[in-house]
Amino acid sequence: MNLQEYFSLVFSDYTLRTITLGTAILGAVTGMLGSFAVLRKQSLLGDAISHAALPGIALAFLITGAKDSNTLLIGALVSGLLGTFWIRGIINKTHLKSDTALGLILSLFFGFGMLLLTFIQKQPNANQAGLDKYLFGQAATLVESDVWLMAIITGICVVVMFLFWKEFKLLLFDADYTKTLGFNTKFIDILITTFIVLAIVLGLQTVGVVLMSAMLLAPAAAARQWTNNLSTMVVLAAVFGAFSGVFGTAISASQDNLSTGPVIVLVASVFVIFSFIFSPSRGLLFRQIRFISNRRDLELQKTLSFMYHIAETHDDISHPHTIKILNNFQGFTRKTLQKLVDKNYVTIDGTMWYLTEEGFETAANLYNQNIKKHE
Amino acid sequence: MDTHTDEHALNKGNLAVKVDDLTVAYNYKPVLWDIDLEIPEGVLMAIVGPNGAGKSTLIKAILGILKPIAGSVSIYGKPYHKQRSLVAYVPQKGSVDWDFPTTALDVVMMGTYGSLGWIKRPGVNEKKAALEALEKVGMLAFKSRQISQLSGGQQQRIFLARALVQEASIYFMDEPFQGVDATTEIAIINILKELRKAGKTVVVVHHDLQTVPEYFDWVTFLNVKKIATGPVMDIYNDDNLTKTYGINYKVSVQK
Repeated sequence: MNLQEYFSLVFSDYTLRTITLGTAILGAVTGMLGSFAVLRKQSLLGDAISHAALPGIALAFLITGAKDSNTLLIGALVSGLLGTFWIRGIINKTHLKSDTALGLILSLFFGFGMLLLTFIQKQPNANQAGLDKYLFGQAATLVESDVWLMAIITGICVVVMFLFWKEFKLLLFDADYTKTLGFNTKFIDILITTFIVLAIVLGLQTVGVVLMSAMLLAPAAAARQWTNNLSTMVVLAAVFGAFSGVFGTAISASQDNLSTGPVIVLVASVFVIFSFIFSPSRGLLFRQIRFISNRRDLELQKTLSFMYHIAETHDDISHPHTIKILNNFQGFTRKTLQKLVDKNYVTIDGTMWYLTEEGFETAANLYNQNIKKHE
Repeated sequence: MDTHTDEHALNKGNLAVKVDDLTVAYNYKPVLWDIDLEIPEGVLMAIVGPNGAGKSTLIKAILGILKPIAGSVSIYGKPYHKQRSLVAYVPQKGSVDWDFPTTALDVVMMGTYGSLGWIKRPGVNEKKAALEALEKVGMLAFKSRQISQLSGGQQQRIFLARALVQEASIYFMDEPFQGVDATTEIAIINILKELRKAGKTVVVVHHDLQTVPEYFDWVTFLNVKKIATGPVMDIYNDDNLTKTYGINYKVSVQK
């Protein structure tokens, strides 16, 4: 199947439709919530939560013996939340910094989860084969009920976000101030964190424990490059996330042996790289271009002011000078001279130059103009 | 010295803030020890003390951002949590990430969120109030600027405007003069003096000992314990400065 076939089949074929819808919704909800995580400087929280969910999945299987994904996800939710609150606890009660706390909980829970997984695999009677899909994700196992669950939780998340938008924004920007205004910051905080945990748990089956945090961060990081407005950023992150889901699924479905989760994450990373380079205001490319063009302008101005100081010593500004005397001035090139001629600041007559009236005026006011620009 | 001191603070005798036995500790060592403090209505008060003396902590504990080990705070005779709407806070500029995706106007609008309460969105009136506050601090022209594109002094003014929008009676400010240029400093102090003129109480964590007599009419010396509190003209002297900072201070105070 190639990409074209995929897009013609995606509306009619049940499996393709389910997987595509599922990954799109997942991308949208993780993108939205990821914006909050990124702005709170809790980018690694997602990583910690997803790894913390693994022992929950294993324990849920050991206790119930069921492979039903909803049961396992409840286990993931419980241990994900537990991990999150332990991280909070460690940060609040000890001197450890948040990255240390995140790393500790991540490895502790993940290690325990791996231990349980190997234990389950050694069980003779266990139909354990399905459990390792939670490590790297397996989008093909998505069924319609999974997608419904994602859609419902995403819907609730959007409604809550809409209702508490003002409070979320306030807390993200200035938590102490939020407290002084009389808002219960703990409640807002728990609300945000719970939804982040929920979104991560929802994605485990599709993308897996290891790569899940990229779904949270990549769309948000990309979106931040394009806007200075929080609501636009959240919407953009959702769109980037959804597109990553759709394109990732399309690419993986149209090739053999390309697992969906990693492809989705790679597509999301392409969004990030593209945004980092090409964003007009924050991107590397345009910043570099602006930098170079500013440098050129300055070089030009410096040359002009050097010429001005020479011209100044004569009563007549159009008194010609030889080009040679410019040679020991650093930053002077034939090109800058040509540019000055183009701008009609300088006239060249053979090997001689002189300033025009306009050039003299401009040079005399250069410094004042620079000050004005900065104000 | 202004004559306002006497009119507003001393004769009225209304207590804006009363702090009793306040003790705060982060771990084992107390940061604030047994602070009793009375701030009369209508004063412009500086809190001075060396680094680590607990100046910011005192403000944060009064505002309920930090939980004290012991002690109580009352605002106009009632517990703080019942009087929140009377109090506005200007945090240290460095306490937030200025690369946050939002505009100057949006930050100032946050000052209206408290009176709006949960869920309700700011509307036309809130926007009008925010624009007025921006105008007061001379930042109206920058209302649509992304906040990271503002200079340090401009960011400080935005924070001030956000507090002004709250139309509080008592203002707590944590080092509003830190890292601002002379122009901004004058602009800010003029606003503070206007607030005092309007009968508001302003409490400022302040570092520049030279400007205390010029800017403020009331002062609290703090170094874990309260050293002294009262009118600048009475207690701002070498003796109290030495007690607070531990080294011999020679500051000439205009009397």
